[in-house]
Amino acid sequence: MAATRTRGSSFSRNVSTVTSQNSGLKHGPNGTTFLSSGIPDLDKILGGGYTLGSLVMIMEDAEAPHHMLLLRNFMSQGLIHKHPLLYASASRDPKGFLGTLPAPASAKEDKTRDLTNEKDLRIAWQYKKYFDPQLNISSNNESYLCCTGAQQDYCNDLDLRKPLDRHFYSGMNVGCVSIQDSPDLASLQDQCAKFLSQFSRNEANISSAGRIAIQSFCSPQCKFANMEWHMLSFIRSLKAMARSSNAVVLVSFPPSLLSPSCSKRLQHMADTLLSVRAIPDEDKEMAKLLTGYQDMVGLLNVHKVARLNTQVPVILETTTFSIKLHKRRYLVLECLNQAPVDGSSGSSYNTSGSCSGSTKAGSLDF
Amino acid sequence: MEHKELNLLNEALGFHNNNLYGRFVLVEDTVDTTAAFVLHQILKHSFSSHPSSSVIFLALSHPFSHYDRILRKIGCNLAAQRDNKRFFFIDMLMLQFPDEGKPNDVGFAAVFEKIESVIKALPQDNTKFVTIMIDDISFLQVAANGSSNDVLDFLHYCYTLTSEYGCAFIALDHKDIYLNEEKPAIISEMEYLADILVKAEPLATGLAKDVHGQLMVLHKQHGISPVKIHNFHFKIKENSIECFYPGTKI
Repeated sequence: MAATRTRGSSFSRNVSTVTSQNSGLKHGPNGTTFLSSGIPDLDKILGGGYTLGSLVMIMEDAEAPHHMLLLRNFMSQGLIHKHPLLYASASRDPKGFLGTLPAPASAKEDKTRDLTNEKDLRIAWQYKKYFDPQLNISSNNESYLCCTGAQQDYCNDLDLRKPLDRHFYSGMNVGCVSIQDSPDLASLQDQCAKFLSQFSRNEANISSAGRIAIQSFCSPQCKFANMEWHMLSFIRSLKAMARSSNAVVLVSFPPSLLSPSCSKRLQHMADTLLSVRAIPDEDKEMAKLLTGYQDMVGLLNVHKVARLNTQVPVILETTTFSIKLHKRRYLVLECLNQAPVDGSSGSSYNTSGSCSGSTKAGSLDF
Repeated sequence: MEHKELNLLNEALGFHNNNLYGRFVLVEDTVDTTAAFVLHQILKHSFSSHPSSSVIFLALSHPFSHYDRILRKIGCNLAAQRDNKRFFFIDMLMLQFPDEGKPNDVGFAAVFEKIESVIKALPQDNTKFVTIMIDDISFLQVAANGSSNDVLDFLHYCYTLTSEYGCAFIALDHKDIYLNEEKPAIISEMEYLADILVKAEPLATGLAKDVHGQLMVLHKQHGISPVKIHNFHFKIKENSIECFYPGTKI
């Protein structure tokens, strides 16, 4: 029964249409809907974006602020698409953070980015023929979609050096909460409940989607940082509320500050689990091992991808990606490439997989 | 259709020899490899095990729509079973006992009474063919604000139903949560009580597209016969589970 389809369902990247012009939503498999993470490469890795109704958790690295990149792009993309946003952090003035959100790049700059990517890929292209031809078809389609306007509507290239225009977040649909002074999470839970009730799910068409972003949950500045079971209850109820609404909840937390079992419980609760790691500066060993080491800002690991309404797990070609800033403006994620071995021992060994992270396959076929 | 069902997992769980009635099956998994598919498989099988069998499902992780869609693809219509009063879905996604106020055991007692009342409401002959499933146990402790004793009491009560009514009791828990605890009370007790232990783990060699993990099914036969162990690899598909001995995947 299962073998009659030409494309195995666990592989099919849904080349799906945008639901409506500016809603920023896309149909996914098994009756799910995606919204964009704000990072085009991450959307491709996750098979479309973040699933509506899912809880996305990012494990922070105490030594680097890379989780902020993911948070900022997520929030900014939502504001561009007019998705109502609720942002909570432990700072005294969370509203000030909105001024640091990236703005969409201007159209002219986007085109040059696509071209340079394609040039770099010609070297790796000769290995494409060893991979599943069906996979090529799907990634071909995707690259076509990238160049058309439809993809740009769904996910923008966000320029980290340009701040988001004020008019995006001065409206009524952006809420900011500071959790520094609250003794417990009850008020935050109420606010999240109230926010999510606007997007409760019914079978009718989805009109709008909501986004909740919680930064550095359980960081030590919060009074409730020692109350682990309290925090677990909060995340659990947040997950349950998100499940019955058309919203995506993104929470970043530092696992090193929690007990191992509490951290594991949070990891199990996440539908999509990512972690970011710092790359040590001037690490000669790593510089020899990886190409492009100098440009890397950090590492991103994809531990789990949300599988709502299905039992089939998502197995990616590779789970570790390097975070780079293209032209110091745009966030890109690339597969790690092992540097060529010294000529004396034979052929160079390139471990890049055909992960859709950075491959926008051109029409060239040797 | 029947021939397709004779896969290693069904054999290991003993679906066609003796059913799971009167036994406690504990399913364990990790963050890297989820064993939810075992629950789906057992759920599907429980409806076909006997014409008047029923399932009581305590859901703490996913809503009904999630299971409905998944089971539909593997050939089981949960919505229809629910309408036929063979599937009882108890949604406990928001279950949370307050920190102060009523103690946890009162809250858990209410849940247990609900289960028992469902069983008692069934026609007399059908009470022998009930399956109780919990997905998953780790959330019970979160709901109880960390009190493992209350959770254990509740689970013990559920376990007694296997002897009192001859129910099958299936529960899922996450093994890696308890690895670093000094006294992992809940998982240890459950492993001790379990008649059948199903453990899903990732492959030692890492991720693979064709093999999603390895499964170990352990039958504890209290009495004369020794423990029986089944070990195999699995691949999860939309409408079936492929199970095969290590190295035999074509």
